[in-house]
Amino acid sequence: MTPSPAAPAAPASLEVSGLAYAYPDGHQALFGVDLTVGQGERVALLGPNGAGKTTLVLHLNGILGGGVGTVKVAGLPVEKRNFAEIRRRVGIVFQDPDDQLFMPTVREDVAFGPAAAGMRGAELETRVREALEQVGMEAFADRPPHHLSFGQRRRVAVATVLAMRPEILVLDEPSSNLDPASRRELADILRSLDVTVLMVTHDLPYALELCPRAVILSEGVIAADGRTQDLMCDEELMRAHRLELPFGFDPRTPSLARPSH
Amino acid sequence: MHVPDGFIDAPVSLAAGVAAAGAVAVSLRGARRELDERAAPLAGLVAAFIFAVQMLNFPVAAGTSGHLLGGALAAILVGPYTGVLCVSVVLLMQGVLFADGGLTALGVNVMNMAVVTVVVAYAVFRGLLKLLPDTRRSVTVAAFAGALLSVPGAAFTFTLLYALGGTTDVPLGKVFTAMVGVHVLIGIGEAVITAATVGAVLAVRPDLVHGARGLAAPLKLRVGGELVDAPASAPAALPATARSTKPVWVTGLITALVLAGFVSFYASTSPDGLEKVAADKGIDQNVKEHASADSPLADYSVKDVDDARLSGGLAGVIGVGATVAVGTGIFWTVRRRRAQDLTAASTASTAV
Amino acid sequence: MGAGHAHKLYRHGHSPIHALPPHCKLAAAFAFVLVVVSTPREAVWAFGLYAVLIAAVAAAARIPAGFLLRRLLIEVPFVAFAVLMPFVAQGERVEVLGLSLSVSGLWGAWNVLAKGTLGVAASVLLASTTELRALLLGLQRLKLPPLLVQIASFMIRYGDVITDELRRMSIARRSRGFEASGIRHWGVLAKTAGALFIRSYERGERVHLAMVSRGYAGSMPVIDEAVATRAQWAYAAVLPAAALAVCLMGWTL
Repeated sequence: MTPSPAAPAAPASLEVSGLAYAYPDGHQALFGVDLTVGQGERVALLGPNGAGKTTLVLHLNGILGGGVGTVKVAGLPVEKRNFAEIRRRVGIVFQDPDDQLFMPTVREDVAFGPAAAGMRGAELETRVREALEQVGMEAFADRPPHHLSFGQRRRVAVATVLAMRPEILVLDEPSSNLDPASRRELADILRSLDVTVLMVTHDLPYALELCPRAVILSEGVIAADGRTQDLMCDEELMRAHRLELPFGFDPRTPSLARPSH
Repeated sequence: MHVPDGFIDAPVSLAAGVAAAGAVAVSLRGARRELDERAAPLAGLVAAFIFAVQMLNFPVAAGTSGHLLGGALAAILVGPYTGVLCVSVVLLMQGVLFADGGLTALGVNVMNMAVVTVVVAYAVFRGLLKLLPDTRRSVTVAAFAGALLSVPGAAFTFTLLYALGGTTDVPLGKVFTAMVGVHVLIGIGEAVITAATVGAVLAVRPDLVHGARGLAAPLKLRVGGELVDAPASAPAALPATARSTKPVWVTGLITALVLAGFVSFYASTSPDGLEKVAADKGIDQNVKEHASADSPLADYSVKDVDDARLSGGLAGVIGVGATVAVGTGIFWTVRRRRAQDLTAASTASTAV
Repeated sequence: MGAGHAHKLYRHGHSPIHALPPHCKLAAAFAFVLVVVSTPREAVWAFGLYAVLIAAVAAAARIPAGFLLRRLLIEVPFVAFAVLMPFVAQGERVEVLGLSLSVSGLWGAWNVLAKGTLGVAASVLLASTTELRALLLGLQRLKLPPLLVQIASFMIRYGDVITDELRRMSIARRSRGFEASGIRHWGVLAKTAGALFIRSYERGERVHLAMVSRGYAGSMPVIDEAVATRAQWAYAAVLPAAALAVCLMGWTL
């Protein structure tokens, strides 16, 4: 295993240690995951299908649990008595925006999280407007989500999570099904945000573009952890974990912004 | 079978409304138990599913088609309480939005199409599961029988409500034969599709039908590529699946037996001359009602009506025969039940 | 059916009827239909007056007659049933154009036709002047159990999604040369239903996950409050009150 970068002095946004989990049907997905993500870091979580990426994500806000190991978000352990606070701190953007957008209008959907936390009235309105402005969707507040384009729905899904002012933003396949323009717009939005980001993705160029650091989850454990560019240049490592770069893509391209650590 | 306003008089509509409200209230509590806080999204999606499935018109015979009521399917797949809620919500939305079924007849419609179909189907389903061997085929067979009886069961309740509060004096016997006869035929379609759907779900996601999931194996940790046992944590409590369903299934069994008895009784009274034509026309109407409930603008051609008459006649014969067969089957199994009581109890706890 | 139709049900407008709070409209429509159903069928003129009331509301809501009449077609199956009643019912018979018809059957047919049509008209007016979303809020304000309102709103929200999935499966079937034309195809339809159920159920689970991730713990947060003033209630009550007056006259005259 590649050594992790030293944890920053501030409490890490995310600390996972020794996490193992089996589904009720007996299938074990996680076999002892250790991962630390510092405040403000943008980390890509890579791995082949069935590596346990989604299972790991669902542990971050306590939806799955009951196995062994611990998860802490900004120092707060993910336990039943902390669930309300944990779910405010961890914002998960799911892969299919239709799962995430379940309210009749965009505005109500964005308001759902803060309102569930007890926010009301003008404060709630402000929060909703700000979140929609961050993703450039303020003009669509009163539209039903299923009347928006896929890219717009994905952006609203991000807004629903931003409205909760999360400590860490977890994105599951943020670039899937997006056309190139929507993909770039989403990248711009994500870069402009000042939060910790954990991005689960198969889209390696997107990971390289947005995340200075990457970890590879394979067979239920973290198999590699390091600079995204370094991992992607390690052909043997990539092949061992069924990760393939798209045809013609060279991770050594110098034109890419240098990762800032 | 969506009853419009004015078909059943106001007092009986109100009484049915109160009864339906009671049934829904009970189901609300029960659904919370079945699904916990997942009740709202899951029941909502299942309601949307039933809504969509009602668009699947299945060809019945000679140019007519019927569509699923969905009560049996919902009861077996998501449990009786959630099933009642799902179908009730579908009916509520159909009444309020599509004017399909009257606002004041909502209670009548909920009682017929949500409560009775679900109770009958689930009771028969659970009852048969207790008696049949614990295999996948049994689940399908039980689903078939449950759905088969649920539709004429609803037709029977309709006749009952009609007897109490019908606004016209069409002789009850005719209403009964027409309604139950036709709905037995529709019940066969419902049964085939329900059983096959349950079978299809069983094949892919058996946990969705049974609710019983495999036991958890001890957790392992991957340390340096080797699997080692993880330190034991508190074992996750398995969801309690065994519930007392005795009252439900006893009620359903009685309903089914009464139904079977009545149908066989009416089977022997063959209508004469003019009466038969009229009854056949009544049957036509009922089949037609089902064929077009989703698309009132569907072409209403004479040819279809002729064909429907044919199928209506067929309906009586097949339907009565099937109902009697199933009714007798249940009666027979009940007599055997005492001997099997012990084994039945153990199979039931795994076959939820 | 399906929520796909839902957009066509509502007719956008700015009439005083559109502006009424949804729960007032729901209560008014329900009370109106109840009054209509309780009216004795012999009071033929009363139903004429009800029709005039409905027409007046439609005019106030600026719903064109054509729109209303087309939506009334949903009643066709029961109209056909009503037409049969004079033939089937028992009792005293009269000769009309050479046909022997039952008197009570004729009254019954009239009863079902008149009340059913008025009921459907009231529902159609309600649905065409009230947005789906507002209807749900109205049901909530009328103290429909919150869980039921939630189920209904999920159903509406995902009706389109599920219907689309059904349509895609149907296209896939037809692309491979399948047409449902007889009993032997029930199995295929059932497999479609099975696949659709699994998709619906799994989406339900995913939606639940997404909700829990945003702090859902069993009850919907209150985001919008629909409030009705006394004046709005009074305005909405005009229809059922007028109908009630007609109904009372029908019983006494």
